[in-house]
Amino acid sequence: MTTMPAAAPEPAESSAADSGGSRPRGVAQARGLFDREILKQAALDALRKFVDLRAQAKNPVMFVVLIGTVVVLVEAALHPGVFTWSITIWLALTVWFANFAEAVAEGRGKAQADTLRKMRTTTEARRLREDGTEERVPASAVAKGDLVVCEAGDTIPSDGEIVEGVASVDESAITGESAPVIRESGGDRSAVTGGTRVLSDRIVVRITAEPGQTFMDRMIALVEGAERQKTPNEIALTILLAVLTIVFLPVVVTLDPYGIFAGASVSVVVLVALLVCLIPTTIGALLSAIGIAGMDRLVQRNVLAMSGRAVEAAGDVQTLLLDKTGTITIGNRMASRFIPVGGHDEAELADAAQLASLADETPEGRSIVVLAKERFDLRERDLGEHAFVPFSASTRMSGVDLADRQVRKGAAEAVKRWVTEQDGTPPPELDQVVEEVARAGSTPLVVAVGPEVLGVIELKDVVKRGIRERFEDLRRMGIRTVMITGDNPLTAAAIAEEAGVDDFLAEATPERKLELIRAEQAGGKLVAMTGDGTNDAPALAQADVGVAMNTGTTAAKEAGNMVDLDSNPTKLIDIVEIGKQLLITRGALTTFSIANDVAKYFAIIPALFVATYPQLHALNIMRLHGPKDAVLAAVIFNALVIVALIPLALRGVRFRPSSAQAILRRNVFIYAVGGIITPFVFIKLIDLILVALHAY
Amino acid sequence: MDLFLTIVVLVAALAVCWRFLGTYMAGVFEGRITFLAWAERPVYRLLRTSPEQEQTWQRYAGALVVFSGLSILFTYLVLRIQGSLPLNPEHLGAVSPALAWNTAVSFVTNTNWQNYAGERTLSYLSQMTLVVQQFLSPAVGIAVALALVRGLARRESKTVGNFWVDVTRAVLYVLLPIAFLAGIVFVAQGAVQTLAGPAHVRDSLTGFTQVIPRGPVAFMEAIKQLGTNGGGFYAANGAMPYENPTGLTNLLSIVLLLAIPVALTATFGDMVGSRRQGLALLAAMAVLFGAWTGFTTWAEHQPNPAVAAAGLPHQPTGNMEGKEARFGDTQSALYGVASTQTSTGSADAAYDSFNPIGGFGLLSGMMLGEVSPGGVGSGLYTILLFAILAVFIAGLMVGRTPEYLGKKIQAREIQLAGIGILVMPIVVLVLTAIAVSVHAGRVAPLNGGPHGFSEILYAFTSQANNNGSAFGGISSNTAFYNVLGGVAMLLGRFAIMVPVLALGGVLAEKATVPAGPGTFRTDTPLFVGLVIGSILLIGALTFFPAVSLGPIVEQLSHGRFFG
Repeated sequence: MTTMPAAAPEPAESSAADSGGSRPRGVAQARGLFDREILKQAALDALRKFVDLRAQAKNPVMFVVLIGTVVVLVEAALHPGVFTWSITIWLALTVWFANFAEAVAEGRGKAQADTLRKMRTTTEARRLREDGTEERVPASAVAKGDLVVCEAGDTIPSDGEIVEGVASVDESAITGESAPVIRESGGDRSAVTGGTRVLSDRIVVRITAEPGQTFMDRMIALVEGAERQKTPNEIALTILLAVLTIVFLPVVVTLDPYGIFAGASVSVVVLVALLVCLIPTTIGALLSAIGIAGMDRLVQRNVLAMSGRAVEAAGDVQTLLLDKTGTITIGNRMASRFIPVGGHDEAELADAAQLASLADETPEGRSIVVLAKERFDLRERDLGEHAFVPFSASTRMSGVDLADRQVRKGAAEAVKRWVTEQDGTPPPELDQVVEEVARAGSTPLVVAVGPEVLGVIELKDVVKRGIRERFEDLRRMGIRTVMITGDNPLTAAAIAEEAGVDDFLAEATPERKLELIRAEQAGGKLVAMTGDGTNDAPALAQADVGVAMNTGTTAAKEAGNMVDLDSNPTKLIDIVEIGKQLLITRGALTTFSIANDVAKYFAIIPALFVATYPQLHALNIMRLHGPKDAVLAAVIFNALVIVALIPLALRGVRFRPSSAQAILRRNVFIYAVGGIITPFVFIKLIDLILVALHAY
Repeated sequence: MDLFLTIVVLVAALAVCWRFLGTYMAGVFEGRITFLAWAERPVYRLLRTSPEQEQTWQRYAGALVVFSGLSILFTYLVLRIQGSLPLNPEHLGAVSPALAWNTAVSFVTNTNWQNYAGERTLSYLSQMTLVVQQFLSPAVGIAVALALVRGLARRESKTVGNFWVDVTRAVLYVLLPIAFLAGIVFVAQGAVQTLAGPAHVRDSLTGFTQVIPRGPVAFMEAIKQLGTNGGGFYAANGAMPYENPTGLTNLLSIVLLLAIPVALTATFGDMVGSRRQGLALLAAMAVLFGAWTGFTTWAEHQPNPAVAAAGLPHQPTGNMEGKEARFGDTQSALYGVASTQTSTGSADAAYDSFNPIGGFGLLSGMMLGEVSPGGVGSGLYTILLFAILAVFIAGLMVGRTPEYLGKKIQAREIQLAGIGILVMPIVVLVLTAIAVSVHAGRVAPLNGGPHGFSEILYAFTSQANNNGSAFGGISSNTAFYNVLGGVAMLLGRFAIMVPVLALGGVLAEKATVPAGPGTFRTDTPLFVGLVIGSILLIGALTFFPAVSLGPIVEQLSHGRFFG
């Protein structure tokens, strides 16, 4: 297991639904969803998209509208008339609105990318030659494998690993977090990112990225959407929309011969209008905007997804592997109690515990020192001749060797073995105390001086506030949470119980983590996890959604398919919600789009044939004014509904965690039933306005 | 028998079918019930296959196409040379090429569209050749449905079953025994079954000799209904007393034509491991069937507007034009709905003479794609296509990649289901458009205006849906309609079956995702509603313009739409 970075901020206890409001920072800096600048730019971009036929052809629905517009345009040029031109203009507007929706969605990403580009000042790098001397080269010339030196005030030229030294680094260019972080050689905090600035000290960095392939470059490409590819679900939906477009072609085209058989002449303009109204233009126009906005919502939360596929997979996740530390419990365990055993008293135990922890820089170690100080006013110790014994994974103990005695603290089994080796006998009640502490969810550390066991330190884990409720939400959504911890099973069980997770993996090692992921996946489940250490990399790569912490190692960041710039593991839950919201928005707008057709039929079919069959006026249940107005009203509604739904497409449908049945019932009601009723109201309204316009 | 009692008996009989026939078929097709293995073995030896030799979907589809192609060829040849073949007591000559093509395709595709009067056109041998197809074509339908169901039930499997084994078992274990028992009832009730040729009855008063055609009718009648075929011995079909002698046989006919399509939903449930899943599909079918029965029965109970216009406003019994007095308007409407919604297409009344909205009831029932409960096999696989479509859209709305029975529904599945659903409306609309545009097509309908349009539309709707029921009024035994109708039937059958088999193959290869609270359930009333909604919406969106120019405008011409 890896330790949590000191810079990890408190968890954001917000849900995906209010993405707009939560701390816009880092890449997400600046700009609301409908910034005036972005809208202006998008309006222009939307015009430009008209001529990009190749891009238009990728969207079959809107491509049909474009072709229809051209057909009607030719017709309008040959037989000019107010009606023909009105239809032409509104059809062209329909295409423009679709382009506009996409351009708005892209707008914020582009603006962010521009900001990032500006921040990437062209700097010089101090490259180390083989003989150890420095040379100054442009940052862009630094290649993978080079060693560079950075001192206070320098901008790190490219991504790399610190091979020498320790420094405080300002990473606000990427994370937006102004507090500096400590980076040091060796271990899991050795990674530095190009574009960040060294604030103090001197480090030597081995560059790990080729020029143009740095994290910053990838980040710019991602927020800009330059390499955006259709996700599997988007492809499936595009096929469905193509199917729904293809089926309406014969429906509309055959109306011409049917009309002739009935003795009616049907104008091409009206047929094109009917076709455009029937094919799913609403979702067709907004589909790519929804996808882009989904990625953008992640960026708003300082998460970079390497592909849209990963975001979609997040919505499908059925098992969440959550690290206990930092996600479920507040960062660190704190010493809370000294429990003496074998007739020793508490002060004696506190004294030994403090001695054993003096050199222990971990938060746990410091908390022991502090507790002893508070309880027994033990401070400023004179140790005389001494040697600290650091913690190691094999001994699982740490402590100090003084002139007259050896003090140790550590895992119960380890200390007991150590005592036994010195012919000591652990007091009989020790096991019971250790077990009681562990069962309560705390970690017992046993303290011994030579062959004598003095007692137990209780390290308490504090479960985050509100986390239990989040897990209940997840359970309702059908997601199983598994807590990953290095603790022994007893402790793990107690914390799991307190936090309300479904399962836990105790005494976790990277191998066991990987095994767990494979086992879940073998059962057909999608697994998400967070990680930061190099030893997490295989598991991150294996998981369907692997969120690497930005503070983590380069290996971890490359293995995962998302990077959390805030390095806040709790965010995994938000990511899942955003993934779900993305799919829900697509489904809802598709349903709405198709349901709309019912009203459009009732507007257009009577209008088409009422001259031949006056009795068809009975189908004109909206009592629209005249045939032309009816057709025009339907076309106008069809165009305006795209604009009206842009905010929904970009923000996403409101998502509240609950069971699939409940979500479905709610969305079917709103988007299917609502989708049938809404156009009846608005087409009638537009018709009334058209009638009022005629009056003038 | 009054309508209420009819419905009670019908529901009870179908419940029994669902419970027992469904389980029985699952046992047969999963190879657990093998008491007829001695009869299967020689067939497999002849075909050089065995139940252990499973096929990929491509081979399965290949077998289907080859088998059906040979069936069409064989039937065509028999019809063409029937004059030189035995069992032809009336010495009927060869059937014309266009009609032989149409008829051969019609029976092989389970359509049983008949552009001929059987008793005056076909020899006994030809009729029996058609009966062979009446056994084989529903067996093929079952086989295709099985391949799709196996695709849903299996995990990471390359194969979907063995076509030859499935067809053989469907015939031996299901169709033959039930048809035999039902045939006995038909004979007992008075349907004719003889090879002795026509009866000559001399009317002693007038001195004329009446020739009444007879033949092996009763057993054909049984498989005609059981296999949702619909092609009868006589032109008058179920309205002819020799085919459908009593009220009991009328009711038995309705039970038979619903039996297998209904029971197959239970078979489906058993094979995918949850009866509730089958029940959900059945519920969707039942709701649609009930709604259409109610609507059509009500429509036929209304006075005939043409008669009313002629000055007879009081018509106490509903619209009796073209109805058998033995059955009356309600029984005829029920029979009509049962036969149009099961792809049977048999008739005990003249559908052309239904009230316009009554005819709309029959026509629109077919336009929904024959899913309520549809033809033998075809009803199940078609409603599964709609279920997959419904799952996809609804599944998105819960925020997960949609799954049906644990299978992820992705691009490939949507593509195949989309094709399967699209083929029928496109074929109907385009062929109708061709027919109304060319002279050969425009002269055929008896009536002009909307009713004439309805007659053409009905003809292609019926053939593309492999229903085979005739609206009448249209003289479709012309080269034009015979050839075009054959195309409609072929596309309506195989352009759907092949994508269905591909879908089965694609699904079979997929792993199964375990269901959890995050999965939206497909065995709930909500899902049933969604499937019904998809079926109605697709049907309405594709056919609304066409029907509004046919039956709807016709009904509106008579004044108010309702009542």
